[in-house]
Amino acid sequence: MDVKVGWEHYAHGADIGVRGTGRSMAEAFEQVAVALAGVITDPARVEARTEVMIECEAPDPEVLLVDWLNALVYEMAVRRMILARFRVSLEGNQLRGRAWGEETDVARHQPAVEVKGATYTDLFVGQNSTGAWVAQCVVDV
Amino acid sequence: MTLLSRLSDFEWRIEAHGKMRVPAILYASEELIRDMDNKVYEQIVNVATLPGIQKAAYAMPDAHWGYGFPIGGVAAFDPQEGGVVSAGGVGFDISCGVRTLLTGIKAADLTPLKHSLADALYRHIPAGVGSTGRLNLDDQQLDEMLLNGAQWALKLGYGREADLDRTEERGCMAGARPEAVSEFAKNRQRREMGTLGSGNHYLEIQHVVQIYDEASARAFGLAPDDIVVSIHCGSRGLGHQIGTDFLREMVLQAPHYGIELPDRELACAPIESPLGETYLGAMRAAINCALANRQIITHLVRQAFAEVIPVADLSVLYDVSHNTCKVEEHIVDGHPKRVFIHRKGATRAFGPGHPAIPEALRAIGQPVLIGGTMGTASYILVGMDESERRSFSSSCHGAGRQMSRHQATKHWRGRQLIDELAGRGIIIRSPSTRGVAEEAPGAYKDVTAVVEAAEEAGLSRRVARLEPLICVKG
Repeated sequence: MDVKVGWEHYAHGADIGVRGTGRSMAEAFEQVAVALAGVITDPARVEARTEVMIECEAPDPEVLLVDWLNALVYEMAVRRMILARFRVSLEGNQLRGRAWGEETDVARHQPAVEVKGATYTDLFVGQNSTGAWVAQCVVDV
Repeated sequence: MTLLSRLSDFEWRIEAHGKMRVPAILYASEELIRDMDNKVYEQIVNVATLPGIQKAAYAMPDAHWGYGFPIGGVAAFDPQEGGVVSAGGVGFDISCGVRTLLTGIKAADLTPLKHSLADALYRHIPAGVGSTGRLNLDDQQLDEMLLNGAQWALKLGYGREADLDRTEERGCMAGARPEAVSEFAKNRQRREMGTLGSGNHYLEIQHVVQIYDEASARAFGLAPDDIVVSIHCGSRGLGHQIGTDFLREMVLQAPHYGIELPDRELACAPIESPLGETYLGAMRAAINCALANRQIITHLVRQAFAEVIPVADLSVLYDVSHNTCKVEEHIVDGHPKRVFIHRKGATRAFGPGHPAIPEALRAIGQPVLIGGTMGTASYILVGMDESERRSFSSSCHGAGRQMSRHQATKHWRGRQLIDELAGRGIIIRSPSTRGVAEEAPGAYKDVTAVVEAAEEAGLSRRVARLEPLICVKG
């Protein structure tokens, strides 16, 4: 299986869609989280200085994705941080995530916008025709 | 689009079909209708399927693709008929709104001090991602704020009693339940009081460039060349988190309440259910948070003016929220009825004589504050008698986006935009050039076409046009 691992943004009305692609669902979850960071700033500008642990549980993978992204939105908001590197492990409908980042530095990060929340719009978790795992949804900014 | 029938030049109807319980009505010019995203039709039709909806689902002239509800959507529900309350129908930025302040100074008074004022405002008002206010609220202070809104802010010395007279609900939304607000939501808000936020939120210094309705303008205290201040922001992290928390609950509990959702974002709960009541209590607390936030920012604006232009005397013209669900009395089938009215990206627009309008303005009608873009214009309108019949007394709320953020950053560079606007006499202060590019005036619909359509459709009437001179952007 030749899967291109990565993340991207896509256009959606007033807001923005985030999409992660990977060889597993966990990897797609990691990549879509980078896309979330990319809404705020260029993830490459964020240094992995602090680690944050995240756990979530949901009745299905799609709600789990929204929960994962919203947990990151919450941690970034209360810690005034940008999180841009991730490790995810999934067990059934339980997610354990590790996220790395640093405190927001306005001059260096030039943060464009804060994310209000991940939404259920265009929400998809599953495999595409090439066999790659895709995790995506629209985020409200 | 084929289902649309034209009732007049500014009113379009989709007859109830399929699972729709009522028709959908769209108010817009033909041009605005043509430009509207197809999702607007899909979403307004979906809204019309919700239990207990009254009369029709309405879309305002600035309607665009939202979450569940279109932004610019209005819908009223009767709890006696199984009516629902929808977290998506209020939106993530609960009670986002506009407050306009009169200053008592003219454009000529500002000219020599414009840059100093821009700097002072940027210094005094925290804006942008990760910014914090001076307050750091403990649990008790948070609960007091959530219960008492702008009245709480006033007690701390932020503002004057007269400010409340010109704020919806006199600055305090009744029925707030701080205990219904999660710890997560509270934690997000502790340090965010008195902050502007980011995205489409702003603080603008504007001048009055045109008056359309002399009598209303006089009553509102507006004359040509007057300098006014407009503040556009909402309930910050607290509102966002409440939206997130309850959207999830409503999605998961919909089957339990027997609600079939055409779209998960339309998640809702019966008004008379534990979840519906809890959401309403939390949402009202978020309204108070937004009102307190705009009250604190008003105080900070006064401080900035006092430093630079001490002769200015800032009084509140009005404060309106455009993402809410409120209990109001409206005429349904010829009789007054108590309904829960959702306005998602829509402004309340009560006509003359309505008891909710401040006494000094009651004979004229409610001021309707419409935010535009940093490069075009904003408008002040007034509610009309007709709007009760047409849209449960609701009007548009802004220009409405026509281009995504993603596309906008491909079209414009922030620095270049700031220079162009400077050439036109508009000073931008923002921590983020990319944020400015995402908010490029060209990414929005023509606000003038939107307010003209609102007027022609009988939703509200133009009083004054305002153009920006300084814009602080988050």
